[in-house]
Amino acid sequence: MRRSVFSYPYIVWMLLFILSPMILIFYYAFTGEGGFTLQYLVSALDADNLTVLWDSIRLALYTTVICLLLGYPVALMLSRMRKATATLLSVFFIVPMWMNFLLRTYAWKVLLGAYTGILYTEAAVLLGMVYNFLPFMILPVYTILMKLDPSYIEAAGDLGANGVTTFFKVILPLSLPGIISGITMVFIPSTTTFAISQLLGGGMTMLYGDLIYMKFITEQSWSAGSALSIVLLAFVLLSMGVMRHFDKDSSGEKGGVRKW
Amino acid sequence: MNDKHLIELIDVSKDYSGDVALEHVNLYIKDGEFLTLLGPSGCGKTTMLRLIAGFIQPTAGRIEMDGVDIANVPPYKRRINTVFQKYALFPHLNVFDNIAFGLKIRKMDKKTIEEKVNAMLELVNLRGYGKRSVDQLSGGQQQRVAIARALVNEPQVLLLDEPLGALDLKLRKEMQVELKRMQQRLGITFIYVTHDQEEALTMSDTIVVLKDGEIQQIGTPTDIYNEPKNPFVADFIGESNIIPGIMLQDYRVRINGLTYECVDAGFKRNVEVDVVVRPEDIDIVPPEAARIRGVVQSVVFMGVHYEVDVDCGGYEWIIHTTDYVAVGETVGIDIPPDAIHVMKKTRSMNIFDGIAYPADGLVTIDGTDFPAAVPAAFSEKDEVLVQIAPKDVVLLAPQDEDAQLTGYVKACMFLGTHYEVTVDCGENDWIAFSDDFMEDGAETGLRVAREAVTVSAQA
Repeated sequence: MRRSVFSYPYIVWMLLFILSPMILIFYYAFTGEGGFTLQYLVSALDADNLTVLWDSIRLALYTTVICLLLGYPVALMLSRMRKATATLLSVFFIVPMWMNFLLRTYAWKVLLGAYTGILYTEAAVLLGMVYNFLPFMILPVYTILMKLDPSYIEAAGDLGANGVTTFFKVILPLSLPGIISGITMVFIPSTTTFAISQLLGGGMTMLYGDLIYMKFITEQSWSAGSALSIVLLAFVLLSMGVMRHFDKDSSGEKGGVRKW
Repeated sequence: MNDKHLIELIDVSKDYSGDVALEHVNLYIKDGEFLTLLGPSGCGKTTMLRLIAGFIQPTAGRIEMDGVDIANVPPYKRRINTVFQKYALFPHLNVFDNIAFGLKIRKMDKKTIEEKVNAMLELVNLRGYGKRSVDQLSGGQQQRVAIARALVNEPQVLLLDEPLGALDLKLRKEMQVELKRMQQRLGITFIYVTHDQEEALTMSDTIVVLKDGEIQQIGTPTDIYNEPKNPFVADFIGESNIIPGIMLQDYRVRINGLTYECVDAGFKRNVEVDVVVRPEDIDIVPPEAARIRGVVQSVVFMGVHYEVDVDCGGYEWIIHTTDYVAVGETVGIDIPPDAIHVMKKTRSMNIFDGIAYPADGLVTIDGTDFPAAVPAAFSEKDEVLVQIAPKDVVLLAPQDEDAQLTGYVKACMFLGTHYEVTVDCGENDWIAFSDDFMEDGAETGLRVAREAVTVSAQA
């Protein structure tokens, strides 16, 4: 098969950057000074660490809900605009993403420090996360709304539905695949985020990502870090499973439309 | 059907940012009638339907329902329902919930909804399909659900936008009969949009023929077929022989040098007219008994009749007959007086806005320069009216160096001795004459001689 030749670079890439790190993580997580051990995994699941995990999930949930509440109306507005205007405006959302997120977060740190009193609070961390992840909510929702056949909206009006009823009975249910896609793209990265909490939370808010970072870099305990990573990985896989389940439920439309 | 005017369009115009879709349309729709808006694509029929539904608002004019202006009433407040072209069934709802959509919005109680929806499923022959998802249904079934979803709201008017377009021929024929039966049984007004003349003729009480945003003719199917008002209607509804003629006096018309008796009167003496003769109204007779003789050029069997082309010295008649004749045979043809339909001549002329450049001897029409004799009275860059007779427009191959501009064939109509071709050149439509048939969409070049361009002042 000649065609399979083209997949070799990808297979090498997978081996090198996906599979081998995973193997290393599993190796370190279950290896102590005397060989195989469950000690790191057990301590990864102790009360302190689970509190941090819970905090991360809580903040990720807040972020997702706020992104949805802010992002959906924006996406709806964009989808109703003239194509040229909408494209121009969506560029405004995309352009900041070309800049490294650390730089953007540093900018917020300066702004919040200079003009508000919320720097180094959970509110500041939340703001930073919403700011960074909002485009990931807007774009999938916008894409699906844009593809929505306007005759569905006309049909709803024709059958007696006013604007509000049309929204709740037709537009919202039909955009569900975009919403689920957006939630996945916001919730998963915000559960695993770090750095934002360090920069804007000033160490007051410890997130799970920070915890892993600390174990690896500060404490140089690769085994403890790896065990924590496995717990996080398990949680991420679980939430993706839940999300996929909802995605299947919502109509026949294939969800998860991504703009890039 | 009664004579009450349920809907009235009064001097309605609609344009989409400068593009005119409807121009000063006046029309009334009687309570309980089956009215069809018929015309080629882009004629404004769908625009008219969407105005009545309330999806768009007229640029000018009034739309009255029961004597009340509804032009700016939103669709959800109108007692009108629509069957959409691609049905627009909600994909997230099953068949039952699709049909129940309108009733649930009106907050009817569950039991009533269930009764009404089941009655509708029965009416459209989809009993037991309530739980199905809409994308499990065939095109014909989706069509029925769309009709049920609209009818369950008991509208005064049902609008149907080319609802049978996506179905295959056999199903389309069945649905035509079924729709007509449904309309008669329920006694509600149907407004039906189609480009299919046969569909319009079989189903309608009234047909409205549209072209370029203007109503060409309103009448019963029989009227429209037998007494078309102009060559466009004659050509669009069924096949026709359209020939130039001269109306000598009442009941006497001259065609190709022969005088015929006809049943039309009221024209000026010796005025130029268009004469329409339906192919099935011409009789083939033994040559010795006939005034006109010709040679059979081609015979095509059409299922119930033969379509025969007879060349009678420069003019080819299309004749539908059930008797077989052989190619090459000399036959006589007879045109009875009541087969001849005389119409006022529609003088076709290319009239454009142009800009005069007397110094260079040019006029510019939409950015294309045409050499022309510009009268000295005009100064540089004056806005002028340019007239070019269709017979002076020469059609060339699009890649021909002599072509001054190119465009695409939009329509081609046989006028007895030649074809009248409408060419879409972007900003303007040009009319030209051609000896050969030209396919819609074919690209063509155009050229106009300097002498053929008439420049005059704008009104």
